[in-house]
Amino acid sequence: MPSPTQTASSPVESDLPSRGLILPLLAAWLIPGAGYFLLKKTGRGALVLLSVLLMFLFGLFMRGMMFMPEKGADYLTTLINYGGFLCNLAAGVPYLLTMFGYSQPDMPGAVHDYGTKFLVTAGLLNILAMVDTWEIATGKKD
Amino acid sequence: MPNIRLSHFEAAFLFSVFTSVVMGITTKKTDQDRLHYGAYCFACFMVALFGIGWAMKLGHG
Repeated sequence: MPSPTQTASSPVESDLPSRGLILPLLAAWLIPGAGYFLLKKTGRGALVLLSVLLMFLFGLFMRGMMFMPEKGADYLTTLINYGGFLCNLAAGVPYLLTMFGYSQPDMPGAVHDYGTKFLVTAGLLNILAMVDTWEIATGKKD
Repeated sequence: MPNIRLSHFEAAFLFSVFTSVVMGITTKKTDQDRLHYGAYCFACFMVALFGIGWAMKLGHG
């Protein structure tokens, strides 16, 4: 008979991700920093939330372009489109909200270009935070 | 929605700040290490920003 510390819901013991692991990860994706809040790492959560959200907002204010998952003229363009889309999507709810009314075509200009990079990087930073949340939830990190 | 027009330096500076904060938080295990690594990343960004900026200016003559 398993002891109370060896139950299937224990994140470290189980091979499959339990709800205790999935929930912080999902929260971390949807709302940047939320995974940390769920794991009682409030300071880190606040800093990640602030950083990712501000980066995303600056990207929007600079009229950055959102990538769409579409085929391009060549393989590299297709790769950039799909990769950019995944990075945009990784920002979670901020990205999902932009689907209602934000439309910015790809335009020449340094400011637009910076905006596009800010939007992509906000998603990438959120992926880093999601990985960190996962490591904390699985006990690999404090 | 506001439409802001940042200079190259302002945009790169903001990019460095946000990226350094998240990289410091996510890659290290103690608060002191996080602070040091965040500051180190930011310093690297600044060195690259000014270094490449001057290199481009000198390269153009």
